[in-house]
Amino acid sequence: MRISRRILAGLATASLAVTATSCGGGGTSGSFDDTVTVGILHSLSGTMAISESTLVDTEKMAIEEINASGGVTVGGKSYKIEYIVEDGASDWPTFAEKSKKLIDQDGVPVVFGGWTSASRKAMLPVYESKDAFLYYPIQYEAQECSNNIFYTGATPNQQSEPATDFMYKRSPAAGGDFFLVGSDYVFPRTSNTITKAQVKQLGGKVVGEDYLPLGNTEVAPIISKIKKALPEGGIIINTLNGDQNVAFFKQIQDAGITPSSGYYVMNYSIAEEEISTIGPEFLEGHYGAWNYMMSIDTPASKKFAASFKKRWGADRVVADPQESAYNMVYLWKQAVEDAGTFDDNAVREALVGQKFDAPQGPVEVMPNHHLSQTVRIGEINAEGGFTILEETGVVLPQAWNQKHPSSKGFACDWTDPSKGEKYKL
Amino acid sequence: MELLLDSLFNGVAIGSVLLVAALGLAIVFGLMGVINLAHGELMMLGAYTTYVTQLIFKLPILKPFYNSYIIVSIFLAFIVSGVVGILLEKTIIRKLYGSPLETLLATWGVSLILQQFVRSVPLAYGTGLVISLLIGLFLPTTFSSKIKESTNFKYFKFSSWIFAALTGVLTGSIISSSVSKLSRASARNVDVTAPSWMRGQVEIIGTAFPKTRLMIIVITLISVIAITLFLNQSAWGMRIRAVTQNRQMSDCLGISTEKVDIITFGIGSGLAGVAGVAVSLLGSVGPNVGGNYIVGCFMVVVLGGVGNLLGTVLASFGIGIMTDLIGAGRLLSIWPDMPLSLSNTINFFATTSMARVMIFALIVIFLQFKPTGLFPQKGRMVEN
Repeated sequence: MRISRRILAGLATASLAVTATSCGGGGTSGSFDDTVTVGILHSLSGTMAISESTLVDTEKMAIEEINASGGVTVGGKSYKIEYIVEDGASDWPTFAEKSKKLIDQDGVPVVFGGWTSASRKAMLPVYESKDAFLYYPIQYEAQECSNNIFYTGATPNQQSEPATDFMYKRSPAAGGDFFLVGSDYVFPRTSNTITKAQVKQLGGKVVGEDYLPLGNTEVAPIISKIKKALPEGGIIINTLNGDQNVAFFKQIQDAGITPSSGYYVMNYSIAEEEISTIGPEFLEGHYGAWNYMMSIDTPASKKFAASFKKRWGADRVVADPQESAYNMVYLWKQAVEDAGTFDDNAVREALVGQKFDAPQGPVEVMPNHHLSQTVRIGEINAEGGFTILEETGVVLPQAWNQKHPSSKGFACDWTDPSKGEKYKL
Repeated sequence: MELLLDSLFNGVAIGSVLLVAALGLAIVFGLMGVINLAHGELMMLGAYTTYVTQLIFKLPILKPFYNSYIIVSIFLAFIVSGVVGILLEKTIIRKLYGSPLETLLATWGVSLILQQFVRSVPLAYGTGLVISLLIGLFLPTTFSSKIKESTNFKYFKFSSWIFAALTGVLTGSIISSSVSKLSRASARNVDVTAPSWMRGQVEIIGTAFPKTRLMIIVITLISVIAITLFLNQSAWGMRIRAVTQNRQMSDCLGISTEKVDIITFGIGSGLAGVAGVAVSLLGSVGPNVGGNYIVGCFMVVVLGGVGNLLGTVLASFGIGIMTDLIGAGRLLSIWPDMPLSLSNTINFFATTSMARVMIFALIVIFLQFKPTGLFPQKGRMVEN
């Protein structure tokens, strides 16, 4: 009896010691005058959870970094950033509902959130009606320019257009015919409309196009179409989503559609994270286009990858969507510091023109609420990363695509009240 | 000729995926009349079994046999899904015979539980749990009849469950400590890589065919032949057919309907596991993989005529060939100079999405004329 009591006492002391150290760890990050709570809204359950949870991890890391270096300083007062994480549950109406909750109930000045275009389209009316602000970090089909959304991912002219140009002019399949494959929803269809217009301008030919319904993994009919349309090899533009890529690449490899037989696939939705899921053995020799790639050999890029691995585990990777998510937290911080307030309208004005030395290189917020970014074309290598082949200079974002027939000749500028969402150039 | 061969092969390839997936359901839904919405998740368990087997075969001791892991996993998947199916029958479905709506809801609930299970339980311990179930369910049946009849049988049963639990925990921790990929829970989709002898193509009569597709066709063929032989030639097969035709009469004649139900459901579930191996060769393995196939499975069984294996076979090949004909726009290449209006219509449906719409529409129209499917069951019991 006595012994067990002694053991208990020992255990209690040990646990006290642990608590004490952890408190000490928290205390060193400095003292703050106040706190500010921001909202994080991504899917933590359902089909999108796999992708979106990496963004939550990145945003938490960015916030921790900012807090460790003294927090946000607004009007001479230092604020510690705290966050409320809400789960969009891969369900688009839930995103709108949770946005309302974050804005009305929690009173957050900003929400970082979303992945799919469908979730963004569901949230958009909420932010516009409440005049709140959403930061959206994913490369998307554009054709949208809201005064209340700030887009840090690439627009098509910052990803697919340079990629198509590369494939037609400088890839091993240069001058070849195009076949377009995508999942059946808004991003692939819009992106392919732009690609078709661009290929026509370049003098090339799109010989086929097919869309796989979401959730379907039977690729056999598409393979026979590709073989019929491109008997001698050619260029395939792939905008398939998620695990449909696994089915696609496994089956085309078995059917002999490989780089060694003259078929080159350019992918717009496959980053380092997806390469490791699909398996580099299926993807080696194909291409990808992104603003950020983990293999960028600059101190900023290496530091970003290293701190993410240190925070979340050595086997984790960083990819383009995460870099965009990381940038947006820092850009918001800079904007509120410049504005001297958390108030939406002042922050919105201060945001345009903000520059940030991102892991991909310098980025700047443009009057159309999108970022100017660098575009990189990479070849997928056996180690599961990209070998960077080309790097453009800084490319300005087009919220209204200049090759898409419905938006040609239009632009967006929120700094000039007479121009706004969509004006004729 | 080459076109015809290619088209036929593609149709058979698509059809055999549907068939292998629907075969288990044809037995469970067709013969027993149980609407099992967890069928897709039993497939998913089979697919995960393939993944676990693949990783275990990468261990140094089993490395020399790596190339044969896919064959081993077919048997393991049958056992794993079969055991889970038997447990499902014993605990839930048995209590719901004759109330299809409740069965539907209960099995849907089970499907959600199974999906969440693979998301939040490390696969190593999942394997351990399946091994526990296997031992716990089957060890008591191996006892001699003397023990079975003794009053102390429940203690024997209880101690065998304890033994089962211990073995399960032990294997779980052994696997977890030797294969690090299985020691953590993850909602991420995983990947099964076919062994090298199954990748690439073979040439038959001048046309190249992907080897994985041939493998799936072979798996399907073997499953269909085995199940047909079992149902038509073996004693248990005869009992199963007897019970499906007239339950009360079979019961009166001394057939243990309880045992027949367990065996039928176990085999149906096991076949779902085999289907899981087949689909893991085509795409990625994830918690949602079963959901992608369940609608197709029910479609095939209903179209083929409930309770008829031949109908299921013909329906799945029919759908497969139609999918290829419409989806790949084959008619255009067979008849290149057809009238413009017709070729425009065919072009419109020659995408994967629209082909699906077209096939569903055709099936709905077909069922208007033959509501009981291609080969309806005949007999006095059916009329009631």
